[in-house]
Amino acid sequence: MTEMATRDVAGPAGSRNASRAASPKGGAAPAAGRRRRGRGRGPNTSAWWALFFLAPTGIGLGVFYIWPVIQTFYYSFTSWGPFGGHTFTGLANYRSLLHDPALSSAFLNTLWYCLLGLLGIPVSLVLAQVLGRRGRKGVSVYRTLMFLPVITMPAAVAIVWRWLYNGDYGLVDELLSKVGIKGPYWISDPHTALIAVAIVGIWSTVGYNMVVLMAGIQGIPRTYYEAAELDGAGPVRQFLSVTLPLLTPSIFFVMVYSVIGSLQTFDLIYVLIGPTNAALPQSQSVIYLFYQDSFINNNRGYGAAMAFVLMLVVIAVTGLQFRLQKRWVHYG
Amino acid sequence: MADSTLPARPAGPARRDQPRRIRQRLGSIGAHGFLVVASILLAGPFLWELLTSFKSLTESVQVPPTWLPSSWHLSNYTAVFDAIPFRTELSNSVINAVARTVAQLLFCSMSAFAFAWLKFPGRNVVFALFLSVLLVPSQLLVIPQYQIMQDLHLLNTIPALFLPGMFSAFGTFLLRQFFLALPPELHEAARLDGAGPIRIYWSIMLPLAKPGLVALGLLTMIWSWNDLLWPLIVNNDPGKMTLSVGIANLQGVYLTNYPVLMAGALMATLPLIIVFVVMQRRVVEGIALTGTKG
Repeated sequence: MTEMATRDVAGPAGSRNASRAASPKGGAAPAAGRRRRGRGRGPNTSAWWALFFLAPTGIGLGVFYIWPVIQTFYYSFTSWGPFGGHTFTGLANYRSLLHDPALSSAFLNTLWYCLLGLLGIPVSLVLAQVLGRRGRKGVSVYRTLMFLPVITMPAAVAIVWRWLYNGDYGLVDELLSKVGIKGPYWISDPHTALIAVAIVGIWSTVGYNMVVLMAGIQGIPRTYYEAAELDGAGPVRQFLSVTLPLLTPSIFFVMVYSVIGSLQTFDLIYVLIGPTNAALPQSQSVIYLFYQDSFINNNRGYGAAMAFVLMLVVIAVTGLQFRLQKRWVHYG
Repeated sequence: MADSTLPARPAGPARRDQPRRIRQRLGSIGAHGFLVVASILLAGPFLWELLTSFKSLTESVQVPPTWLPSSWHLSNYTAVFDAIPFRTELSNSVINAVARTVAQLLFCSMSAFAFAWLKFPGRNVVFALFLSVLLVPSQLLVIPQYQIMQDLHLLNTIPALFLPGMFSAFGTFLLRQFFLALPPELHEAARLDGAGPIRIYWSIMLPLAKPGLVALGLLTMIWSWNDLLWPLIVNNDPGKMTLSVGIANLQGVYLTNYPVLMAGALMATLPLIIVFVVMQRRVVEGIALTGTKG
């Protein structure tokens, strides 16, 4: 890789000197340049160059991302022995998927993570509106503090929240007791484990959503607000009639991103809930179950079938969101 | 615009000026109050993590809890070194993040350049193929990816950590948007000057796409640093793990010793928090770009 980098550095520098030296020599240079440009347009030269530039990412994506999709599809029709090796079993995995109670509850849990995760978007929107106001002081301090959860490793975040949620000494229950509420054992109680994970999920994405929405708000031309103000619209009216409709593309993006993120919940379950937790069935996500089945129980074929179904769900949900966007997203 | 509105409001606004300013003042105080509360909710857990990490085990489970540690214990931090190979895992995390970031910056910018500026047969088909990768959640590909690593005899090695992460469809798209935003005359002029594709890419396009490269670099670094599932699957030797797995393992050793766990969590996240605080503006701009361009 470094070899390649240095070759690239040397290449242009060398050719630059060569062309500098050649060009003053007379009328031949421009003609040669034009001819080269003409040739560059032709299929051959350009195709070779394209191949050169696309090769690293193309091969990498092909080997590690595109080929595995096909393989996952193939594996989903196989059964794996304990020492590797697999036999073709047709639709058996898919048939057991249908009758797997763990899977259906994992899908239901994941659906809840998606829906609860969306609740963070209105919060982010209000934050973006308040923080993004022209002339607001201290923006970078607020933004840094609110963005910390976004950049922090989910494994570490989960450990910190495990401590906060602790039923005997946790800060959350301590603060709740100050207002007279007896807090639960958040992460070991099957009734609250899912909510507890979802809250951490929202907590760690609010800053991201806020930054994206703030960029969207700041991209709205000032003249719209001036026109609205001339018409006598107050701040609330301006927000509802100018900001909100013009922000729908950003809101749409944040929604799609949030749902895709929630569909992939894994780290929080792995560290916050953990494999020995009694509340695991009520809170585990599809990806967690997939990891458990494929790599702990070594049931790779079954895991592959699960992966393939989830992939179809992700594509379907994203596709549905794109279809529905025509109804409410305005592209100025 | 301002000129045309001026004559329209002679006396009216002047009379309303005083209450209006007071109202703005109150609004500003309210807004800051709201932002302070939100900041406490979002950053408070980090403060609690920091304070707990210096408490003794007995003090940490005191009811009601103390805010500041009665005495500041550094022993929690040294305990982390005894439980997990922290130094090794730290260097693994750094190697992993740097390798993925450098490779993505080079490879993604190359492919992005091809899609943005080179005409070649089948460009749209190849582009659609790249696009399809974005739709597939990466976690779902780990079974075949694991098999590939096994076939290459790379399980339990450092390269296994970063090899698949060196290539990115997302990075290609992000940078392609940047390249497309550059004036086409630039490309034309360079070609007329006889510059070859490599020179146009390296000395003209790359420097101009610097904001995009910085954004992609920071995002890749953050994602690589935080990744848990892939290192967990592909390696099981503690000396070949990244810090994210190390932290998860620390929990297995110090099950309920929260002061030590907080110290470990803080140590694992601090390098990235420092990078973020220093590069705050760039990171946020990069994130905003993924929303508007990606």
